[in-house]
Amino acid sequence: MSELLKIEGLSAAAEDVELLHGVSLTVGEGETHVVMGHNGAGKSTLGSVIMGSPEYKVTDGKIIFGGEDITSLSADKRARLGLFISFQNPIEIPGITVAEFLRNALEQVTGKRIKLWDFKKKLYAAMELLEMDKSYADRDLNVGFSGGEKKKAEILQLLILAPKLAILDETDSGLDVDAVKTVSKGIEEYKRSTGGALIVITHNTRILEALTVDKTHILSSGRIAAEGGAELVNEVIENGFEQFAGRE
Amino acid sequence: MREFRLKSLEVYNRTPMVDWGPDISGLDVDRIVTYIRQKNRMNTDWNDVPDDIKETFEKLGIPQAERESLAGVGAQYDSELVYHNVREEVAQSGVVYTDLESAMHDPKYAEIIKSHFMKLVPPTDHKFAALHGAVWSGGSFVYVPKNVHLDIPLQSYFRLNAKGAGQFEHTLIILEEGAYLHFIEGCSAPKYYEASLHAGCVELYVGKGAKLRYSTIENWSKNMYNLNTKRALVEEDGTIEWVSGSSHVSYLYPMSILNGRNARAEFTGITFAGEGQNLDTGAKIIHNAPDTSSYMTTKSISKSGGVSTFRSAVVVKENAHGSKSSVNCESLMLDRISRSDTIPVMDIRTKHCDIGHEAKIGRISDETIFYLMSRGLSEEQARAMIVRGFADNVSKELPLEYAVEMNNLIGLEMKGNIG
Repeated sequence: MSELLKIEGLSAAAEDVELLHGVSLTVGEGETHVVMGHNGAGKSTLGSVIMGSPEYKVTDGKIIFGGEDITSLSADKRARLGLFISFQNPIEIPGITVAEFLRNALEQVTGKRIKLWDFKKKLYAAMELLEMDKSYADRDLNVGFSGGEKKKAEILQLLILAPKLAILDETDSGLDVDAVKTVSKGIEEYKRSTGGALIVITHNTRILEALTVDKTHILSSGRIAAEGGAELVNEVIENGFEQFAGRE
Repeated sequence: MREFRLKSLEVYNRTPMVDWGPDISGLDVDRIVTYIRQKNRMNTDWNDVPDDIKETFEKLGIPQAERESLAGVGAQYDSELVYHNVREEVAQSGVVYTDLESAMHDPKYAEIIKSHFMKLVPPTDHKFAALHGAVWSGGSFVYVPKNVHLDIPLQSYFRLNAKGAGQFEHTLIILEEGAYLHFIEGCSAPKYYEASLHAGCVELYVGKGAKLRYSTIENWSKNMYNLNTKRALVEEDGTIEWVSGSSHVSYLYPMSILNGRNARAEFTGITFAGEGQNLDTGAKIIHNAPDTSSYMTTKSISKSGGVSTFRSAVVVKENAHGSKSSVNCESLMLDRISRSDTIPVMDIRTKHCDIGHEAKIGRISDETIFYLMSRGLSEEQARAMIVRGFADNVSKELPLEYAVEMNNLIGLEMKGNIG
């Protein structure tokens, strides 16, 4: 399978504190990768740096996406190349409806205008799959949404924007069993309909049940402490992260 | 009238310059040209309006707007109205919409104008009211008879085109018992290097059970000093609704006097302060009768070092028991060099009333920008979207064509293209 994302010796800092130290990993097209680790191990930092968050500064290394060096590209350009991140804490945007926002974003990502009618059809289909009431389309983005509704809205964006690689940053945290099921259904649909790749940052396995994991990376103190296949996930669940801390 | 003007001038000369608000030292009133006459007379046929003036207004979409959705239109260019027209059926219902000068000389209206003109805003009110009294010209006179409901709005458009000039139009609107009117006022001016002055005056009389909605969108250039005075007197069961959107240097605080039981005032406003702009705006409401109510909702946006100040004053008199007032203001600063102040004043003289105030000041966070950019929006688009969202519930109150203009304005301001 051809390479989609290649991270080489990536180090990054926030306010002069280095949080990632020489991380390397490669994701092939359509693959599903899992990133696990303690709180504060650098998982979310890794996701944000791949997406181009201005909060972090890349101090060393490179990020190559689809053969292009994107290390110094702004987040919007990365999005247009087909990168996406589902936020752990989605931001509320008062006065802008879900539908208005997504139509705008879709036009930016694809570079094409889309007719309102075609867009609405697409939006409602995705909402139905995620068991979201149609009325959410006309609500202000994330404003007054519960934690679960915000996560669903992120997956809705994933389905509409159909990126080549989606990073899911703890999309399952704080969700009840039913909500995890619905969100998983959305993620499955993304894989099925677009064949896109995934980096799943998570603490637990429920969200992974419906997915075929190709590779697992364990992060510890900003470094890759261990790597393996799907079996590594279970090992972590059974024995915790401690065993990997020494392998650095 | 000449006597009135001279008296006003005298008041003007002895009143000291204001010193409590934005700096207006760049304004030298002695250098402002107070009256500029157009070569042509006022027209009721658009085709007779001189080409250069016509072109300006056509760019602003005025005649189109009239054809599509207005009951009557007046257009003032510098000091005089150049165009005025009212639909026939509107005129037949007894509604008067004309320029103030000709109405004053018409024996039918002379008396009513005399008893209302500068009675709400007397020249002694403040320095620029005095100046207005001395040099006013142009503006509109609107009279809506008892129980007449105008379903489509009347509009007047003011364009100050000459440089170093002042515009001093006077708008006088009288609504008799049970009447309804939506009046739209639009103002704009191109940018010149010399300072210009706008010291208009708006006096609104809302009769018993009548309702007036007064919408303003002002897009003055940035070296315009906008020192406008607006005031409404609302009688029993009457309602005044102010909707205001602006972008310029100003002192502007429309005042509503709730003078009869159950009278209501609503004020919805939005301001956008860009580089070098200091917008000092707000609203004043005087509860002067029992069971009166007022609602104020304002949004202010400041960017590139712009300053917005919101002043609200709610006065509840001893006799205004059972009154309600709610003030809500939100400010958004787009960067770290812009500034936003909120100065609420409440003067409550009765225990039996319900008063609320809420203020929110915020700045766009980097995280919010990142969130939108991660979905493919450029930084500029992301900021514009946040501002548009912030302004949304106010834009919804604006008449459609103004809402569109407002959105364009936000788009332009965000690009920094407005000169």
